[in-house]
Amino acid sequence: MRLINRKPGRTLAVFLALVPFVALVVAYTVASEMRLAANPSDRLLPSLATLGETAARLFTEGDRRTGEILLWNDTWVSLARLGAGVAIAAATGLLAGLAVGLLPHARAALGTFVAVVSMIPPLAILPILFIVFGLGETSKVALIVLGITPVLIRDMSQRVLDIPRELVVKAETLGASSLVIALRVALPQVMPRLVQSVRLSLGPAWLFLIAAEAIASEAGLGYRIFLVRRYLAMDVILTYVAWITLLAFLIDWALRALSRRLYPWAGGTL
Amino acid sequence: MTTTRLRAAAAAAALSLGLGAGFGAAPAAAQEKTEFRVAWSIYVGWMPWGYLEDSGIMDTWAEKYGIDVEIVQINDYVESINQYTAGAFDGVSATNMDALSIPAGSGVDTTALIVGDYSNGNDAIIRKGEGGLEDLAGKPVHLVELSVSHYLLARALDSVGLSERDLDGVVNTSDADMIAAYQTDDVQAVVTWNPLVSAILEQPGATKLYDSSDIPGEIIDIMWVNTETLAANPDFGKALAGAWYEVMGLMAAGDEEALTAMAEASGTDLAGYQAQLASTEMFHDPADAVAFTSDPALPETMVAVAAFLFDKGILGEGAPSADFVGVAYPDGSVTGDPNNVRLRYDTTYMQMAADGAL
Repeated sequence: MRLINRKPGRTLAVFLALVPFVALVVAYTVASEMRLAANPSDRLLPSLATLGETAARLFTEGDRRTGEILLWNDTWVSLARLGAGVAIAAATGLLAGLAVGLLPHARAALGTFVAVVSMIPPLAILPILFIVFGLGETSKVALIVLGITPVLIRDMSQRVLDIPRELVVKAETLGASSLVIALRVALPQVMPRLVQSVRLSLGPAWLFLIAAEAIASEAGLGYRIFLVRRYLAMDVILTYVAWITLLAFLIDWALRALSRRLYPWAGGTL
Repeated sequence: MTTTRLRAAAAAAALSLGLGAGFGAAPAAAQEKTEFRVAWSIYVGWMPWGYLEDSGIMDTWAEKYGIDVEIVQINDYVESINQYTAGAFDGVSATNMDALSIPAGSGVDTTALIVGDYSNGNDAIIRKGEGGLEDLAGKPVHLVELSVSHYLLARALDSVGLSERDLDGVVNTSDADMIAAYQTDDVQAVVTWNPLVSAILEQPGATKLYDSSDIPGEIIDIMWVNTETLAANPDFGKALAGAWYEVMGLMAAGDEEALTAMAEASGTDLAGYQAQLASTEMFHDPADAVAFTSDPALPETMVAVAAFLFDKGILGEGAPSADFVGVAYPDGSVTGDPNNVRLRYDTTYMQMAADGAL
């Protein structure tokens, strides 16, 4: 049988899925023990036990001065920024995408502009963002919005253009107006795609969030990571990294579940 | 299926061993060697490191002792210290405070090979508009948290009977974006260092409230090296000190070629660089560096710095008190825990340079 047709059984599939994770943990443990044997105070690769203790402390113990648990506070602050940024970007992406995809005039006006703007690296124009939006929450949300909106608009408009022409013509012969076609033909087709695009944009969105928090802030997951990096507290950084990874995974999973429930006609996706 | 499983397990083991050997490379082992790597980052007092690599002065001295020294510029200051701490370099340029918190706090025994200068105005607290330090109460202050700027702010507030609690918080702001940040309306006061200080003071309405010349000798810029590497390879220390003080001689004599090269490397011109040097107390003469390092004021500074670091939680969770890390001085005295000496001030090589014994 050809290799491309050989499929793993259920047990083997689970085993194969676990292998890379186990390999990573083993590699980390080996490396960590090598370094700790040479220098017991080494902070670069703390032992798993130290990581566990640090994680327990970060999740449960309050700050010495304020008494609030920094990790939860950082999490809420960051998720609020991420949520606001992604929500604004998704709404803009959907509306502009529908307009560009359906209306030739909008396409003529915005198509090239969006294509050009999407090439600007937002991090390179940070000083301008600061002057325009200030140093507070607005500029952090704005960075996320600017970072992911152009891609969403381009993807959405392409999805609208991909709708079979016959569907649109049929709706027209049945007497549908442009608005009705947008709401009843295009929207149901692109909504599942929007969720999928947002899921793919979450990676860049986290990147922009952490970059924004590294530059000027008083709280947030990215802020804490860059702050404790000043004294090489890798135990704290690694705990935060694991936490961010888990959060991102859960958000991704929730969006997928939501998409399946709301738009069953889109079929299963990754 | 059994073979597949075996193969997968074998691959996983090979992969993990490979990875382990890769990123777990043990810190530079203390043994005799002939190749050394030293990291430095852009700062007025450290520009000579770049010059002595580019001009070939380092190579001349290294050859004299039959070794090879590579001086590497790292664009991110904290990352250069982290890399040194992780074992990628044998030496690094850093302040007294960061050497105590990062390598020494991480258990890497580190020695001050060359005490190069102290900040005498290079670090400053600046606000928009008129007013004094007392007026900072209730205002947010933008700075690189946990850096020497933070230490300067703590000392300044202390001098007028205030503490960080009296402020409307400190906002961690990247030094790379400090000038842009200063121009926004949200920012009322910043603490930063040169060349940013001069750039910000050029803006209309900027007032300097306090600077490091108010606490002379407390923010010290030093070339640190791994204690074990130095002990096993004294030639490494001699070559570095020899090359450094040759360049110091050029600087003291006002050698325009050398100074211009350093100015350009730091992104300014000769006049701009000399203005920064004016607020930097360079120890051109090794005898001055020896005298400064042997002064009883140094232990007092280090105790104050350790207290600051402990108060901010920077010494790490394993640190039960501010005395957790011991610091040894040239006369053999120790502050902090004498059983955990991880930071050493040693005048041996600077003394050799002063005696012309290199």
